[in-house]
Amino acid sequence: MYAFDIAKPATLAEAVQAMKTGEAQALSGGQTLIPTLKQRLAAPSVLVSLAGVGEMKGVSAKDGVLEIGGAATHREVAGQRHYPGLAELAGRIGDPAVRNRGTIGGSLANNDPSACYPAALLASGGSVKTDRREIAADDFFQGMFATALEADEIITAVRLRVPEASNYQKFLQPASRFALVGVFVARHADGVRVAVTGASEGGVFRWTEAERALSADFSAGAVSGLKHPADGMISDIHGTPEYRAHLIGVMTHRAVAAAS
Amino acid sequence: MKVSMKVNGTGMSGEVEGRTLLVEFLRGGLGLTGTHVGCDTSQCGACVVHVNGEAVKACTMFAAEADGAEVTTIEGMANADGSLSTIQQAFQDHHGLQCGFCTPGMVMSAAALLKENPKPTEAQVREYLEGNLCRCTGYHNIVKAIMAASGQAVEMTAAG
Ligand SMILES: Cc1cc2nc3c(=O)[nH]c(=O)nc-3n(C[C@H](O)[C@H](O)[C@H](O)COP(=O)(O)OP(=O)(O)OC[C@H]3O[C@@H](n4cnc5c(N)ncnc54)[C@H](O)[C@@H]3O)c2cc1C
Ligand code: FES
Ligand code: FES
Repeated sequence: MYAFDIAKPATLAEAVQAMKTGEAQALSGGQTLIPTLKQRLAAPSVLVSLAGVGEMKGVSAKDGVLEIGGAATHREVAGQRHYPGLAELAGRIGDPAVRNRGTIGGSLANNDPSACYPAALLASGGSVKTDRREIAADDFFQGMFATALEADEIITAVRLRVPEASNYQKFLQPASRFALVGVFVARHADGVRVAVTGASEGGVFRWTEAERALSADFSAGAVSGLKHPADGMISDIHGTPEYRAHLIGVMTHRAVAAAS
Repeated sequence: MKVSMKVNGTGMSGEVEGRTLLVEFLRGGLGLTGTHVGCDTSQCGACVVHVNGEAVKACTMFAAEADGAEVTTIEGMANADGSLSTIQQAFQDHHGLQCGFCTPGMVMSAAALLKENPKPTEAQVREYLEGNLCRCTGYHNIVKAIMAASGQAVEMTAAG
């Protein structure tokens, strides 16, 4: 690692101020950033630790919306009872030690194309609250590792619409245990949303064809005949584009079966 | 910068850089070399310690982040008279280690599991150890040891 300082603000205002100094970068759970720093893929001059920021903690539900502090750990999200489909997803990220440190804000800011939370946010609908604005879920993700966030912008909270029924199916990449393909299906009163992670070169996306079929008939049978095209799907040693496209169908089918 | 933390019940402090990992501070700064570094890439779990009672990978946390925290390492696991703790004794009795490199992390993860879930099923033990890799044992005897430490019968393990 290159050398850097660590700032430990206690309030959001202090954190915002600290993010303005030199080459500052946010540090949340560190479960992605620390491995990145070890590889010298980032060279911040100061890391702004968000773990002590009071305004960024906690989980609360109101009027069908679950609000989760940006610094809430995967463990805390796994432990909440308001949104079972999300709790289950969070409880299967990485391993217990990763879940004790890693946070929802860090995961969404990073937008790894194989990460789990992006699928949950996109299928839930809702928004990302930052130190300066609120960004709709549909506008937040902008391709692999790319988001609508500005360089010094901090995710302070995540607001998710709690669906009537939901389920996340994750096909494990056997080495990393991230999603080789993950599908989150959420049935809302105003329609079904289906978000796919791990599969596309464009990062997380909504499978609108499946959404239409499921909004008309929320049953596994409604998606049995659907095939996602292989164009634009990721090709690597873990799977071909065709394999990933096939898995999207299988995981969607399983998610609907588990949710309905 | 200066950091202070309670390690295995005793107040400790030392000078660290921003980039000093907790595991580096424990091993290099405090001489507590029982916590191992197997991968340094957050995958193997050999470096698991408890920070404020929760299992964390000490190679994936900065020492500065543990300032003011209570840290427990493998050196803090034995009973006060120096005899092995129930979990450690079970690892010995059930041959839960061969080279022993993964063992500190395994014991710390096992302790965190049994604190949360005192009577886990075999499946829950295996799932909890997802982030602890062992290159020697094939895991069965580790799972047996943890089942035994929880006071449950060990015959039910899948093999071995
Ligand atoms: C062994 C292992 C297994 C894993 N398995 C999975 C898995 O199965 N599924 C999965 O989804 N993830 C997995 N992860 C990743 C894990 O979920 C990380 O915790 C997460 O991706 C990053 O969150 P963090 O809080 O650790 O962020 P950090 O590592 O601290 O930060 C990540 C990035 O986000 C930025 N950032 C952090 N917080 C904020 C904020 N509030 N506002 C703006 N920017 C911010 C940082 O500057 C950095 O660029 C795994 C990680 C490990 C080590
Ligand atoms: S040394 Fe920390 S996880 Fe391997
Ligand atoms: S006993 Fe050798 S790595 Fe586990």
